[in-house]
Amino acid sequence: MADSAYIPGLAVRGAVAFDKPRHSALVRITHWIGALSFIGLLAGGIGILVSHPRFYWGETGGVGAPSLFDLPVPFMLGGPPGWGRSLHFQSAWVCVLNGLVYLASGLASRHFAKDLAPAKRDLTWGSLRRAVKSHLRLERPGEEQALRYNILQRIAYLLVIFVVFPLMVWTGLAMSPAITSVFPALVTVLGGHQSARTIHFFGTIALVLFVVVHIAMVWRAGFRRRVGAMITGTEGI
Amino acid sequence: MSSSLSRRKLITGGLSVAGGADGLAAAARLADRYGLIPPDSGGVWGLGETLTYACQRILTSPLSMAREFSRGEISKVAPVSGKPPKTDPYQGLLAGGFGGWRLSIDGLVARPASFSLAELKRYPSSAQITQQICEEGWSFIAEWTGVALSHVLKLVGVLPQAKYAVFFPFDGCWDSLDLQDAWHPQTVIAYGMNGKELPPDHGAPVRLKVPRQLGYKSVKYLSRITLTETMKNIGTGLGSSQPDDGYSWYAGI
Repeated sequence: MADSAYIPGLAVRGAVAFDKPRHSALVRITHWIGALSFIGLLAGGIGILVSHPRFYWGETGGVGAPSLFDLPVPFMLGGPPGWGRSLHFQSAWVCVLNGLVYLASGLASRHFAKDLAPAKRDLTWGSLRRAVKSHLRLERPGEEQALRYNILQRIAYLLVIFVVFPLMVWTGLAMSPAITSVFPALVTVLGGHQSARTIHFFGTIALVLFVVVHIAMVWRAGFRRRVGAMITGTEGI
Repeated sequence: MSSSLSRRKLITGGLSVAGGADGLAAAARLADRYGLIPPDSGGVWGLGETLTYACQRILTSPLSMAREFSRGEISKVAPVSGKPPKTDPYQGLLAGGFGGWRLSIDGLVARPASFSLAELKRYPSSAQITQQICEEGWSFIAEWTGVALSHVLKLVGVLPQAKYAVFFPFDGCWDSLDLQDAWHPQTVIAYGMNGKELPPDHGAPVRLKVPRQLGYKSVKYLSRITLTETMKNIGTGLGSSQPDDGYSWYAGI
């Protein structure tokens, strides 16, 4: 019965060398810089948002215009929007530069191809269903399985790295009147300035959900050991 | 083997850090020469402010135009933030229909001058239908009519050492632009909005309109413009009253 914790086809695939670090130094460093910059982006973004917690679709929107939806928080003027803005963009620079280093090294070292690209046999409905079931039951992964990413992890990581983050940068830049003076299509294909802002918000929700699930899974798999692995590189089993 | 590897790593690491510091200093000198360092480049947020300003300045050309819209896209509601100054001299000028109002231009110009509202309206008018995007997140589209700031700058003759145009309003929210934005064809001293006189709430008698930056750079209730080589001696030296409230001097994003 203990075997049900393993996802067949993923679990035991031969012994993995234990002297090899679980995460390369570059992945570890960029992971934590990325985590810090995400906290900064989120806090700064909330700081900006609380001055106008209301969303629109199309080009324009404001007090007196029909909104798409309102967040159940009051309009808060002064204070948070100012430092929120500075914190948001400074963190954005750290996040983007850090992300570019991570991307370049991930491509050069074939980290994405070797460790994150899902195997064809794992992309079957049966395999995916089993993985989802095992996750929903919050089953603890086995030792061997902990050394490689499972199919849901791979899909989630790839989506965040190659879809959600680029979308956040895109929709962020689409809200810049200076950037769109050079590349107007950045905002027009999204349907307008307010659409870009609304998509940026939903991207944030997706990233926050990802982080919550990510931390929950790390906790379930053994918080100290997994976080330790992301700091020192080894599991210390 | 592993110890020689780590030593090599240490040496190359040390070299790249030293090279990085050297390169950074050289880059800073170069950036300053090409006007890529904003007045609020110091302090905690200076790195982000500088990177944003430098990158956007490299990316935008003096002729890249903020998006313009059709008349049909003009917003039905045009929200404002802030109210017109409640005190004199503004209230007195407002009561007199701005008949006694003049916009003065001084500093690093060949011929300091001041202009009445009627004089500004006699110059070639420039109209644009652009967006006003507030930092808070809301936005609207309106048509602004006015005289291009570049027209007035040509009249007074900007001296070559000038680097910034500084705008002083009646409400204390003074601000400044670098000369790329000051000379930009869409930078307008606006006296009309949506075919009518500019309403007091929107900055009567004239406001600046800088559509390539966020709304707060479009200074309302203009009173005086001065040209200067450095922002160090004005206010707290950060280029605008905005950084004192936590907002960036450059607001292209």
